[in-house]
Amino acid sequence: MADLHFLANPARFRRFSQRVMPSLAFATVLALLVGLYFALVQSPPDYQQGETVRIMFVHVPSAWLSMMGYALLAGLGASLLVWRHPLAALMARAAAPVGACFALVCLITGSLWGRPMWGTYWVWDARLTSMLLLFFLYLGHIALSRAYDDADRGDRAAAILALVGVINLPIIKFSVDWWNTLHQPASVMKLGGPSIHPAILTPLLWMAVSFLLLFILLVLVRTETEIDRRRLEIAEQGA
Amino acid sequence: MSDHAVFILSAYLVVVVVLGGLTIASLSGRNKARRELAARGLERPREQRAKASR
Amino acid sequence: MSGFTALVARDLRLVWRRPGDVAVVLAFFVVATVLFPLGIGPESNLLARIAAGVLWCAALFASLLSLDRLFASDYEDGTLDLLLLAPWPLELAALAKCAAHWIVTGLPLVVLAPFLGVAFGLDRPSLLALAATLFVGTPTLSLIGGLAAALTLGARRSGALLALLALPLCVPTLIFGAGAIETMAIGKNFTTHLAILAALALVALATTPWAMAAALRQAGE
Repeated sequence: MADLHFLANPARFRRFSQRVMPSLAFATVLALLVGLYFALVQSPPDYQQGETVRIMFVHVPSAWLSMMGYALLAGLGASLLVWRHPLAALMARAAAPVGACFALVCLITGSLWGRPMWGTYWVWDARLTSMLLLFFLYLGHIALSRAYDDADRGDRAAAILALVGVINLPIIKFSVDWWNTLHQPASVMKLGGPSIHPAILTPLLWMAVSFLLLFILLVLVRTETEIDRRRLEIAEQGA
Repeated sequence: MSDHAVFILSAYLVVVVVLGGLTIASLSGRNKARRELAARGLERPREQRAKASR
Repeated sequence: MSGFTALVARDLRLVWRRPGDVAVVLAFFVVATVLFPLGIGPESNLLARIAAGVLWCAALFASLLSLDRLFASDYEDGTLDLLLLAPWPLELAALAKCAAHWIVTGLPLVVLAPFLGVAFGLDRPSLLALAATLFVGTPTLSLIGGLAAALTLGARRSGALLALLALPLCVPTLIFGAGAIETMAIGKNFTTHLAILAALALVALATTPWAMAAALRQAGE
């Protein structure tokens, strides 16, 4: 009986996903090419920051996407716990590693940006530290959802965690901001980024859009995989 | 100025490696699951029918 | 309310029979704290500087140690199933378990930590701040830890996973707890920090029992 209920939504999802995917993939590649052109080839304005502002074009969008990803996990978690939407669990499983990868990219690019700017590969500034904690929250979600033989239990535990985490994120951000101002040496480290100049906005937005399209693409692909894997599991149990 | 290029290139390289790697892994994972399901899934309906008729 | 006290009393009685469990956690706290001067060097200025952070971190880890047994023994012997069927709300039962955990682990840490603080060269006001912040902060650790324990009940590698889940969520408490002591050390008032710690405890109190109950129900199914 569980098979029929399970198959209802995911089948529809799969049809939707396969219809959308070719054009989505095309749009993603296109956006990435345009974004990379603006980010790497277009000459930057005269700034103290100079060329290294190009790193910001990947650092900032990946930060945005990692945060959006966690919000998605929380939304899917709520959808699973409140409405018992079966697809929500599978999509959460699919999306968590994607969000975690964007967080990882954000951390590494942030470190590489810090080196020419401030001389060290890691600075305990508020935003990087908050992103590090977000990365840990992602790891926790991924580990928890896979820690049980009963996948359903793992999905629902992870859903609770995502909701608790999303409530805690502002609190964590606030306390890390506070912690950072307390321990600041005399020189104010502003890794916040340069003021928004129009010439900077274009590559930034293009990269953001292309990352968003890539995120959606990856989540769709991975959700399809999760659906298939779950069907395989059910088949194995029934056999 | 030019030594900063190392950092810029490394950053974009990281993006390509991590996100590209994730894309490749996701696509190959999907294809693998599809193949396995195709190999097994086609059998299942028959089995179910066989069980139901018992 | 009587259900709450009955559950707390039961847990306390269980611990009373096996005081070794508590002693081990406190011994870990002492050993872990002592490792830092051994690793970093006995220079007194440096130790006084890091004391707040070290003691708070050690308290955090010690608090986590006993957590994976919080619900596990009840889960194994069937008490959890009884709690699921009991007339009391499950949220209250979860809260009772966290309260017992705090009495058994948090409170002793509050008493023990100042002695270690002396070894780190903290002055009187800082020791006071240490005890006060631990007193206000350790309930939050018990609550967050209890949630992590409920989520990982019956999971593989639950011990390490519990720590991975709980520690990021405990960071705000750690920041303000240690920060309060340092504020005291430079002569300023630490009441803001204490107030924030209390607020964090209230937020935990308001949110974790429901999440714990949801997780425990999933475990019971």
